[in-house]
Amino acid sequence: MAGKQGASLDRQKFFADPILVTTIVVLIAFLTLFILYPLAILLVDSFVTDKGFTLDVFRRIMGMHNFRTAITNTLRVGFLVGILSALIGLLFAYVEVYVKLRTAFMGGLFKVVSMLPVVSPPFVLSLSMIMLFGKAGIITRFLLHIYDNNVYGFWGIAIVQTMTFFPVCYMMMRGLLKNIDPSLEEAARDMGASRWKVFTTVTLPLVLPGLGNAFLVTFIESIADFANPMIIGGSYDTLATTIYLQITGAYDKEGASAMAVVLLCITLIMFIAQKYWLEAKSTATLSGKASRQRMLITDRSVTVPLTILCSLMALFVIMMYICVPFGALFKTWGYDFHLTTKWFNQVFVRYKGLKAFKDSFMLSLIASPITALLSMIISYLVVKRNFKTKGFIEAVSMLAMAVPGTVLGIGYIRGFSAGVFRTGFLKSLYGTGAILVIVFIVRSLPTGTRSGISALRQIDKSIEESAYDMGADSFKVFMTVTLPLIKDSFLSGLVTAFVRSITAISAIILLVTPQFLLITVQINEFAEKGSYGIACAFATILIAITYASVLLMNLVIKFFGTSRTITES
Amino acid sequence: MAKEKKGVRLDHISKIYKDPKTKKDFYAVHDTSLTIEPGSFVTLLGPSGCGKTTTLRMIAGFESPDEGEIYLGEEPINALTPNKRDTAMVFQSYALLPHYNIFDNVAYGLKLRKMDKATIQKKVTDILALVGLEGMEARMTNQLSGGQQQRVALAHALVPEPGVLLFDKPLSNLDAKLRVSMRTEIRRIQQEAGITAVYVTHDQSEAMAISDRIIIMEKGVVAQMGTPQEIYYHPTSEFVADFIGEANFLRGKACQSSGGKTVVEVEGNKIELPGSLPVGKDCTLVLRPEGAVVADAGQLPCTVTLSCFMGSYQNYHAMVGNTLVKITDFNPKNKKIYEVGDKAFIAFEPESVHVLAGG
Repeated sequence: MAGKQGASLDRQKFFADPILVTTIVVLIAFLTLFILYPLAILLVDSFVTDKGFTLDVFRRIMGMHNFRTAITNTLRVGFLVGILSALIGLLFAYVEVYVKLRTAFMGGLFKVVSMLPVVSPPFVLSLSMIMLFGKAGIITRFLLHIYDNNVYGFWGIAIVQTMTFFPVCYMMMRGLLKNIDPSLEEAARDMGASRWKVFTTVTLPLVLPGLGNAFLVTFIESIADFANPMIIGGSYDTLATTIYLQITGAYDKEGASAMAVVLLCITLIMFIAQKYWLEAKSTATLSGKASRQRMLITDRSVTVPLTILCSLMALFVIMMYICVPFGALFKTWGYDFHLTTKWFNQVFVRYKGLKAFKDSFMLSLIASPITALLSMIISYLVVKRNFKTKGFIEAVSMLAMAVPGTVLGIGYIRGFSAGVFRTGFLKSLYGTGAILVIVFIVRSLPTGTRSGISALRQIDKSIEESAYDMGADSFKVFMTVTLPLIKDSFLSGLVTAFVRSITAISAIILLVTPQFLLITVQINEFAEKGSYGIACAFATILIAITYASVLLMNLVIKFFGTSRTITES
Repeated sequence: MAKEKKGVRLDHISKIYKDPKTKKDFYAVHDTSLTIEPGSFVTLLGPSGCGKTTTLRMIAGFESPDEGEIYLGEEPINALTPNKRDTAMVFQSYALLPHYNIFDNVAYGLKLRKMDKATIQKKVTDILALVGLEGMEARMTNQLSGGQQQRVALAHALVPEPGVLLFDKPLSNLDAKLRVSMRTEIRRIQQEAGITAVYVTHDQSEAMAISDRIIIMEKGVVAQMGTPQEIYYHPTSEFVADFIGEANFLRGKACQSSGGKTVVEVEGNKIELPGSLPVGKDCTLVLRPEGAVVADAGQLPCTVTLSCFMGSYQNYHAMVGNTLVKITDFNPKNKKIYEVGDKAFIAFEPESVHVLAGG
């Protein structure tokens, strides 16, 4: 084979760069040990028992009535939430991109809505849903005088998840709509089509793959969601909560492992469909920038109803968030509306609030720079370098996106509680803060990597080649060229990782030991017990922390970001 | 620049790629051997996909040859990574670092070599003077015009005093006028720096204007190399003749050859040409459009099919039998102009015809 010399020379050149080689080896070890191995051990656990390879465990769990119900429950919720979120997302995006918004107030509303998913802890909406519409809910009990409203169950989960996930769809659809060349629609208008006709025959077909993409992304999020079903699900169990109860309540480790495998399979199938089928389609149809400014719709019969609809929804979501700090300030929610600081007092005095914040804060603070750096390194390797194991690194770090936190948590329990492959190796890791930090990293890595990859793809390859050609090795190129150019992406990755870590719960709740008090776990505990005042007090401070860190990030990017020095002339 | 100049030698170099669609291997560069003399300016010229950029990137080290060995001076460099090679490349997109100012961009290579501050300062100032950007040290790259950015890229590549300077279509992002002035600049700077340069382009006039030697590539192999004059006046194939400048091809057959002269029959007309050719063999006559005129008397009778005034010349298309011949007649002001449909003759000096064997 004539191509051999080139390949072997490439290999020689590759190994001439020890820092690069070491980085890749360490990276592969990390990904294998902390993403692949825990999932592999779940498979082993659920298929191999004392009697060797068997399907007994699966037969047993499939025989459980509540597990079968949990599967249908999960899929039903996921399906509905996926559809609702995608449609509401499209509505918001359409109004922002196509409709002339009259007031700055509306612009502000839209901005807040797009910010929410970044700063919001996952279960905040469940809390406020209960406080607004539950038995003691302000709206149900005091405004409507309904005393036995049941928010728990299917509709509770569906509404809360839709409100949590639709902003993500909104952001995705907004990007797509902005990329549509307005002349396509103008041409149809020019031919005599009505606005509605243009929407259904031009705009909608163009964004349909993207809409499908948004649906699947939300579907996966919904299925993997643990915190909301936990708090507002009541007796309506989903897969994530059933698995949790199976291991914490019934101590059935094999059963939980097998259930986790089932959940993983569902999300994996969805993920693969989304990744290889829709994602490619939704970017291929729409590329390049819009050629001209779009003529915004000013027709009142269109703008007024759409604006009102969006504002109402946005205000509703915002009201839900505002409800949380008030929940922490009222003496007894639903009965006594005197303002008090007793819940905050209790948080700090009785329930070691300070320690909880310190633990959450410190662990997240350790995890976020590692995550950000790691995801930038992975993006750099994936986009800019060529080597054999590149496909593996890319695939595994993306795979982590499809793994629900609960599944990962069970995997870590089974994989590390007795050491790697039950040999005792790395056993000491289990139950420490280190393993929590690792979970934080693994959970935030895919988002960081994704934003890193898209940032790097925009950078001309020859800039790095030029530096390489001038005598810089891979490490130097990464530090002096790549990293400075994607500084914004790095900074936002840093904060996203921090926020994701400090608000994480699904995997963490399975792995946390009493020596660590984490805010999210506390909120979950008090909400479960019905102590909403304390749960709200914890949540309020959590929101404050996340919001402050996002503000800080924007400030830092504004003053030190690359885009400023590059665009300012 | 005090540093020794280095030559480049390619010894039977091949590069194989896999076609993404058919999954078949093909040669992007096939069994190419070249010698580039130290201090000379050599251009790789050819249509897109001919392997010129791949060859350049193999010299830089971004691609590894599948066969053969590349030498920089006397040193074989196949196994060296780009950062260990004594080459510097000027990229098509300039590849300037947007987060650095001009000074830092130019100084990048020097800082990597850990030179002291004063030396760096002096070298950068000198090189910026050479490329005509004195006093622009503090500007950011986006405050420069395309031509200025190109100069920075050139300075950035020159300042570490590499053995060989590589250019990858450096002027293709500039507008036509700037391209012309920049290529003269590049030539001047290369001469002043006395550096070996390998230049890739698909623009033949750029190649002619700038190079000591031109290497024409076609489908991964070298079609011809030589000085611009050699290649223009004595192309060895129709491809080369057609790629460099414009050319008319007239099929003919040698009917008699003696005493250093040959009579060739073209479309039923006998023309006498210098040189000797095997009698009875087919041949092709290469006639440049500016090497002939339309006249009342000449070697080949023709019918004018297009006559177009272009200012500095009159553009003719004329049919000689079944062959179309294009002619540019310069300075037509005081000449007789032939109209479409006129019967006339094509006249040329026998020396301006170049004969290729085969038909």
